[in-house]
Amino acid sequence: MAMFLIRRIGHGILVLWLISVAVFALFFVAPSNVAQTLAGRQGTPETIALIKHRLGLDLPVWQQYLHFLGNAVKGNLGYDYYHQVPVTHIIGQALPITVSLALGAAVLWLALGVFNGVISATHPRSLADRGLTLFALFFYSFPSFLLGLLLLYFLYFRLTLSGFGWFPAGGYAPLAGGIGPWFQHLLLPWVALALLLAATYTRLTRGSMLDVLGEDYIRTARSKGIRESRVVVVHGLRSALTPVVTQFGIDLGQLIGGVVVTETVFSLPGLGQTAVTAINQQDLPVIIGIVLFASAAVVVANILVDIGYAVLDPRVRLH
Amino acid sequence: MTDVLLKVDDVRKEFPTHSKEVVQAVAGVSLEVHKGETLGLVGETGCGKSTLARCMAHLYDVTSGSVWFEGQEISKLSRKAMRPLRRDVQVIFQDPYGSLNPRRRVGSIIGDPFAIHNIASGNDRKKKVQELMELVGLNPEHYNRFPAEFSGGQRQRIGVARALALRPKLVICDEPVSALDVSIQAQIINLLSDLQREFDLTYVFISHDLSVVRHVSDRIAVMYLGKIVELAPTSELFGQTRHPYTRALLSALPVADPDTADSREQIILGGDIPAATNPPTGCRFHTRCPKARLDCTAEEPPLEPVLNDQPQHRTACLYPLTVGEDLSTAVPDLKAS
Amino acid sequence: MTSAIEMVDVIDEPKAIEGRSPFSLALRRLRKDKVAMISLVVIVLIVLMAILAPVFAAVTGHPPNEQYRDIGLTPDGLPRGPNGTFWLGTDDLGRDILVRIAYGARISLLVGVIATAITVVIGVVLGLAAGFLGGITDTILARLIDVVLSVPFLLVAIALVSVTGPSLTVTVLVIGCFSWASVARIVRGQVLSLREREFVEAARSLGAGDRRIMFVDVLPNVIAPVIVYTTLLIPVVIVTQATLSFLGLGLPPPTPDWGGMISESQNYYTTAWWFILFPGLALLVTTLAFNLFGDGVRDAFDPRADRT
Ligand SMILES: Nc1ncnc2c1ncn2[C@@H]1O[C@H](COP(=O)(O)OP(=O)(O)OP(=O)(O)O)[C@@H](O)[C@H]1O
Ligand code: SF4
Ligand SMILES: [Mg+2]
Repeated sequence: MAMFLIRRIGHGILVLWLISVAVFALFFVAPSNVAQTLAGRQGTPETIALIKHRLGLDLPVWQQYLHFLGNAVKGNLGYDYYHQVPVTHIIGQALPITVSLALGAAVLWLALGVFNGVISATHPRSLADRGLTLFALFFYSFPSFLLGLLLLYFLYFRLTLSGFGWFPAGGYAPLAGGIGPWFQHLLLPWVALALLLAATYTRLTRGSMLDVLGEDYIRTARSKGIRESRVVVVHGLRSALTPVVTQFGIDLGQLIGGVVVTETVFSLPGLGQTAVTAINQQDLPVIIGIVLFASAAVVVANILVDIGYAVLDPRVRLH
Repeated sequence: MTDVLLKVDDVRKEFPTHSKEVVQAVAGVSLEVHKGETLGLVGETGCGKSTLARCMAHLYDVTSGSVWFEGQEISKLSRKAMRPLRRDVQVIFQDPYGSLNPRRRVGSIIGDPFAIHNIASGNDRKKKVQELMELVGLNPEHYNRFPAEFSGGQRQRIGVARALALRPKLVICDEPVSALDVSIQAQIINLLSDLQREFDLTYVFISHDLSVVRHVSDRIAVMYLGKIVELAPTSELFGQTRHPYTRALLSALPVADPDTADSREQIILGGDIPAATNPPTGCRFHTRCPKARLDCTAEEPPLEPVLNDQPQHRTACLYPLTVGEDLSTAVPDLKAS
Repeated sequence: MTSAIEMVDVIDEPKAIEGRSPFSLALRRLRKDKVAMISLVVIVLIVLMAILAPVFAAVTGHPPNEQYRDIGLTPDGLPRGPNGTFWLGTDDLGRDILVRIAYGARISLLVGVIATAITVVIGVVLGLAAGFLGGITDTILARLIDVVLSVPFLLVAIALVSVTGPSLTVTVLVIGCFSWASVARIVRGQVLSLREREFVEAARSLGAGDRRIMFVDVLPNVIAPVIVYTTLLIPVVIVTQATLSFLGLGLPPPTPDWGGMISESQNYYTTAWWFILFPGLALLVTTLAFNLFGDGVRDAFDPRADRT
């Protein structure tokens, strides 16, 4: 187990390092006029050179990279170009918002997906099964920005017009300011995200549930006269959930860097929106910091999923 | 002496395992295959027959030793250098299901040898394939079908057709009938013997079933745990069995055979087949041999003739059986005297 | 021919069940799937709309980029709702939404098909190579797959497009270069078990080289999952393209494309519902049709999920 862990973590670090090289190469080799922007229209060549020097942009790319790597290992991802705020600080501010969004949505989509999946699997080929599959696929087909805009249109604009100002047009209210406003601001984004992702879970649950329900021990349990609902929930669901949990881990990791659109539509200043702003301003340290942080989230989530697997199924460990 | 077509010289083949041990699948085998003969190779499952066959066809790199075909060493040839020789040495595989690509049409499977060696293409290839199909008793009109549309016996015919496409000199048949129903086994065996006569083929015929091997072979090699324990012309192997293991195998055959009926005693071997990762010292059979003595655990018996006037009949046993010796009453004695 | 063989022919065992190629079996199942067939019809209609986009322009008399600031906008300068001249209304610049939707279909389908094709080709080749060749090739490719799958795709895509400037080529390349990894992973997994199969060894014993075995023997056995994945990938790619457009990184204006139209409509959704509704509907119907069809393809190739 220890060997397995070490190897897995080693792979993870290798992957992150490769990503840092790739991202660095990609953005630093591309032409950049940050110094020009910072210097403003009147910026003389001297000012620009000075700014470049201050930002370390006058060094060869590989030296900049080594510098970056040296700091990154110590937990310092550099400073943003415009206000010299540490990138880690920027991430620290945006992260709670993204995590709130991801976790809340996760609760919703898990509940929705697993519930629908179980119903589908226990009534295969029934009207309910088909209806739920169609429902799931319908929302799965939505581009996230469209779903977000529609939710805003109906549940914010229309409702507010009719005098029910339940939902805000967007933005974020920190948890510190009370759970009520926090919840109010996040509910629509949660729903938007959960509806998109629930389809995958409905299908996964349905598929593995169907497999499990066909197995011998389930038949045995049934023949012993155990109540059907108990068979389904206690015996079936428990073993059917393994692929669901796996997928869940992977999705959560990916959401950290993957909720760009939802954050943009609902004006949530999370990691995604921060990154988009940074991209528009060519604020490279912030872009690289967020990309690396989001990649790390995926890597860590995958390692956790693998460990979970190895604990559940000892055969995996050998390989 | 007859012409030697294939020579196997002290071949060993080891596989690494997940733990640090190695499996000695073939543990030092030497033998010769003569032109035009059928050499049978028998042994229980897992004794290394398929591995030896693959070494013979240079599908595996041997761990040590060498394989020679028509006087040329092939066991160290690169894949590329081996290519032209593949035309001469062909393999018919044990599993008629696994050895045919399920997603390709039978016509193109049988046509593979022509395509790979750039021999015929287009209509010419199709014609040749259909001739082959006819030759092995398949309906040429089924050219465009998939393997799944054929029965086991028919699939093995496909395998035979493919192996014979380039008129090889040596065909290594790795349990060509084991996966088939008994009634169909005979058909395939007949087909193989007819083809041998027609095209002057040389066969290495592998089976775990001694009665099948006996039926087709001129000579038989008996394998146990990666080694040949007895090698003799078929009639001598049956008439003058020398190795206790061979005798045990023989005694398990159905009694439908008057030749051996007199000397029949059922010999039940004790114990399990030892693990190939950790074979017994000395004679590998000593853990199960009814005649085992203390020196059998220390000394590894070489494969050599028991009688000088029968140089063809070689046995690896320190205490070879004499003709008529009753093995059923023998008891091992491994104590130091 | 010897008599033994002829005799054998006569007494040959009963035939195995008459089967067809796995492919045509799947096709037959697919044809019986009503939802999938309806989706296919819808897809064909969308393709027709894309091909016949100039006809839409000719019939309405409105070229896609023509701005009718007089008749296409209200006196306040707002978009006009659906009417006799502009069947689906106009956008903020007084352009005909119907015609622009028809032209937008070209972009969505073009990107969807080309980017998917690139993705699948790269993914299949690299997955085959990694799984079949093993060793150092596999180690490198497996790490590369990990890298690509760990990177936050949309962020990097946005960043890249912002650096290079938006264009059709960049969109297609970015999508292709980031999506191949999942295909490669699927293919690699399949190949890892396929290469141990006896028919691979049989091919080798005939003298086939690696390349031939990979493409002639192994490839046909991974086609089914690849087809399934491909049909399900097309809608994902279409959505990705629309998303990039929505974020302002699609095609330079005035080229009509659905994501861009929806993005432009954002400021008008309180006053001009048709402006977001129709492009949004076009996009949704397209992805839904592809997803439903893809779902049918999956069930057709892997009927297990429906067996009870
Ligand atoms: N590729 C391999 N890797 C590891 N071990 C192997 C491999 N191939 C064979 N072995 C081992 O080598 C031994 C000999 O196997 P082989 O297949 O040659 O036996 P066999 O006599 O052909 O058996 P069977 O009658 O079942 O076909 C077995 O213990 C087997 O487990
Ligand atoms: S050498 Fe000894 S143990 Fe081996 S077969 Fe002969 S008698 Fe038996
Ligand atoms: Mg074998």
